[in-house]
Amino acid sequence: MKASAGGYARASDVRQALEMLAASDGSGRVLAGGQSLIAAMNMRLSTGDILVDISRIEELAGVRETSDSLWIGALTPHAEIGRNALIRDHAPLLSQAVGFIAHAAIRNRGTIGGALAHADPAAEFPAGVLALGATLHVEGLDGPRDIPAEDFFQDIFETAIDDGEILTGISIPKAASDERQTITEVARRSGDYALAGVCLVKRSGKHRLSLFSVAPKPVLAVQAMAELDRGDIEGAVRALQADIDPSSDTQATATYRRHLAGILLRRAVATIQGESE
Amino acid sequence: MTIQFGNPDRPNSYIGKTVPRPNAKRLVQGRGIYVDDIVLPRLVHVAFVRSPFAHAKINGIDAAEALNVKGVLRVFSGADIAKVCTPWVAVLAHLKGLKSPPEYPIAVDRACWVGEPVAAVVATSRAAAEDGAALIDVDYEPLAAVTEMMTALDADTPVLHADMGDNLAFQRLHEQGDVDAALKSAHKVISARFVTGRHTGVTLEPRSILVDWNPAEEQMTAYHATQAPHMIQTALAKHLDLPEGRVRVICEDVGGSYGIKVHVYPDEVATAAIAKIMGRPVKFVADRLESFTSDIHARDHEIEAKIAVQEDGTIVAMDVDDWTAIGAYSVYPRTSAIEGNQVVNLCGGPYNFKHYRAKTTVVFQNKTPTCQYRAVGHPIAVAITEGLVDMAAAEIGMDPVEIRRRNMFRDDAYPATSPANMRFEGLSHHASLNKLLELMDYDGLRAEQAELRKQGIHRGIGIASFIELTNPSPFMYGIGGARISAQDGCTVRMDPDGSIVALSGVTEQGQGTEAMLSQVVAEGVGVPPSRVRVITGDTQVTPYGGGTWASRGAGIGGEAALQAARALRDSILEVAAAMLQSEQSKLDIRDGAVVDSATGEARMPLEELGRIVYFRGDTLPKGLPRELVQTRHYITSDYPFAFTNGVQASYLEVDTDTGIVKLLKHWCVEDCGRVINPQLVDEQIRGGIVQGLGGALFEEIHYDADGQLLNGSMADYLVPMAAEMPDMIIGHVETPTQESVLGAKGAGEAGTAGSPAAVMNAINDALRPMGAQVTEMPFTPERILRALGALKD
Repeated sequence: MKASAGGYARASDVRQALEMLAASDGSGRVLAGGQSLIAAMNMRLSTGDILVDISRIEELAGVRETSDSLWIGALTPHAEIGRNALIRDHAPLLSQAVGFIAHAAIRNRGTIGGALAHADPAAEFPAGVLALGATLHVEGLDGPRDIPAEDFFQDIFETAIDDGEILTGISIPKAASDERQTITEVARRSGDYALAGVCLVKRSGKHRLSLFSVAPKPVLAVQAMAELDRGDIEGAVRALQADIDPSSDTQATATYRRHLAGILLRRAVATIQGESE
Repeated sequence: MTIQFGNPDRPNSYIGKTVPRPNAKRLVQGRGIYVDDIVLPRLVHVAFVRSPFAHAKINGIDAAEALNVKGVLRVFSGADIAKVCTPWVAVLAHLKGLKSPPEYPIAVDRACWVGEPVAAVVATSRAAAEDGAALIDVDYEPLAAVTEMMTALDADTPVLHADMGDNLAFQRLHEQGDVDAALKSAHKVISARFVTGRHTGVTLEPRSILVDWNPAEEQMTAYHATQAPHMIQTALAKHLDLPEGRVRVICEDVGGSYGIKVHVYPDEVATAAIAKIMGRPVKFVADRLESFTSDIHARDHEIEAKIAVQEDGTIVAMDVDDWTAIGAYSVYPRTSAIEGNQVVNLCGGPYNFKHYRAKTTVVFQNKTPTCQYRAVGHPIAVAITEGLVDMAAAEIGMDPVEIRRRNMFRDDAYPATSPANMRFEGLSHHASLNKLLELMDYDGLRAEQAELRKQGIHRGIGIASFIELTNPSPFMYGIGGARISAQDGCTVRMDPDGSIVALSGVTEQGQGTEAMLSQVVAEGVGVPPSRVRVITGDTQVTPYGGGTWASRGAGIGGEAALQAARALRDSILEVAAAMLQSEQSKLDIRDGAVVDSATGEARMPLEELGRIVYFRGDTLPKGLPRELVQTRHYITSDYPFAFTNGVQASYLEVDTDTGIVKLLKHWCVEDCGRVINPQLVDEQIRGGIVQGLGGALFEEIHYDADGQLLNGSMADYLVPMAAEMPDMIIGHVETPTQESVLGAKGAGEAGTAGSPAAVMNAINDALRPMGAQVTEMPFTPERILRALGALKD
């Protein structure tokens, strides 16, 4: 199919992008790497969009550190996340996640901001920033807002970004020296969306566990986290089932996804324990 | 005519060697010409409105809004097209009882599957045509849909085509010996139910056609991505009421076909009809979404089967009950009964046993029509046969290799006839199996498997022997009344500069047909392959032929090319003998020059002979034949098909926690007779294996109970990809067919034929200690876990 766009404009800074969105009368769509949006347009799942291209806005690019956190610009491509030394040192879960994401061509163009704003419940980065306790920064014509990852993901493809706002970046607390982070998933083929996936962070004896592809949005498995904090892995595997709400599709049933979630949690715990020894 | 194939040092020894592909550089540089690259003056584009319902009455089509879209020129309904194009009925006389209703290019009053064309919108761009298509308002009245294969014939299932009386398209029962008695008296009878998932052959280039009608010449030219240009010529001429000679089909580069592009598709015929009505060139290129609903599907089978064995492993009987659902129509002109028919023909193929019964039941349903896709019926028959053989071996405690050895036709048993009445000229099951075991170090792998099992690592080894049908004679289609040529031809000519041009009726879709032809012609004439230009895919230019399908390109097209090349060689030498005042028998052509055949001494370059023949013919003796253009045709006649054989092995690991299968390594030894180009054959086998692995592990078209297609994109329909593919080791045994000089049989189906069964057997080998078994393809992680009882619903 041929895409049917309503228009296209490239913004040179965030202010201009916000004005363009405001002027587009609700038809504005932010275009960054385009790895989900263009595919959707090419299938005419989305038509008439006025594309506001933010891909050249310099203030949205780059990775910077402060004393206790990392700031990752929304336009940082997946491939850069995978090779960036600051991210590898301070948020290794995100570096590992890149290995699971799609294929090289997509990783070169797709951006972390795009992935988070798209909020695919089967994607790696949304669950990753949830496990890492990240803060997402959005900006509207009324000014910037900070949204904790826990509040950001609301439903399938739905986030707390309001109409007319743009996701500008994310902040992630730097990993402590004894911190362990891991991500694991099962997919039918390398690069496919996961049938189920798990992100596990152990920080000062406390666990943060998030799962993807097992609910309409990435899930912070608070009941399983409490069991892990108590050191009861099998208890966590059982508690996990109450935290998730998987659906069935052509690739797998909800039952299979529930089974996988438990298997992946055990594997993630084993990885973290293996690293600690 | 003899060529010392056994002597690799013979002159012009290009047959049997890997030579560069003449079209590779062009394709790699992006200089290929695919249908979508062709632009003609006044070109317009067509997009089709396709039925969103599996079964619906069409009460009306309102095109008013669509016609207001900028760029939209015209909208056609089924009735509009039917005025200039007759419907077709896809039956063949030799498939007794096969029935199918008339099918129109665009549905006239009833749509019968999700994706059937319902209206066509013509515009100055594809985008505008799609804008228009989105605004066509079709008044549908949904009808009850038939979607379940096994209940299609039940009394309370609606009849899809009232005129047909019931939903049965075709049934065939073959019975040899006394199966019931053999089952009763056998030591063990093993039963199993197999399912092969409905899938499709995803071509890199989608289906594409550009049709131009020239009223002044009263000629239709179709630029078409097809495997069979002459067959398409016939179909367009017949249904658009044109003389066959006034339809020209040109087939430039084609981006993969796998059997998908050997059929007559309604939307493509509609495109031709529209070109004729509008008097303008019209282009249709299927997009990926419509490919999934409108390209033929295949392999939708459910089978109950039994094998009976004696204590010593002797197979005494096989009993196969195959069902397949073919969608709403039998596909034109090859029909959709062939796949089921092949299952009947091919089950038990490698084995010498007495009692065989096989039945196929082919039913209609409201889904995309199915038809011939690479290795038609083979993967199904091989999965049934080899699955049962492995189960029997396990049941009697025999090694899977040993039970095969005890039952396969002996290598010196030929000619032989199988229980399915297939005639074999010469096969090499034992030599191939021996070579396979050596390549894979079977005993070493078994030891490794046992060792790893102790550590809780579950690996499996699966073997699958198979026969492969290639080089079909008219017994495949022609005797049934289809104008599908089993014969093929090649014209080879020498131009004044001594260069050679070969025009062949077989076609190139990316597999290297032209490379194969170039080296056959090069050796046949006596020039380097670089001096041979090969032209295929133009019905007005090449000899009439069938095209490339059923692994006939090398065996049929190659033999015609060799004979034409040798005839040209003789013509050249006849002239040379006159010019050199020598005897023709004492001359040869080597490396582009006439030489003394005994000493190899150069006598005259071909350029010089060309100069004299074409420009100074006056200096040659009057009456001397100087026919530097020769055409030969070839058709097989001793056997209906040239059967080949082979055997594959898969080594894999099953993660019993997740159900994920990791393919570790794959082997195939096959016997396609004379290997013309080792690299092309190996890659043909590898590509075939990959498509088989797709069917085994990944590919499945999903419909819901209402006949809605659930996975019509590359995100949801999983084709096999590089990361999951194992290393593949390919070996050959060569048993040339005695029917031809070249001795080549086909190699295109072998990989796909055997790999699903090899993987199934390997998975079950890994699972057997846990008492689990899978027989429903694709073997998804979930199906494996369910077989293991790991999922509690």
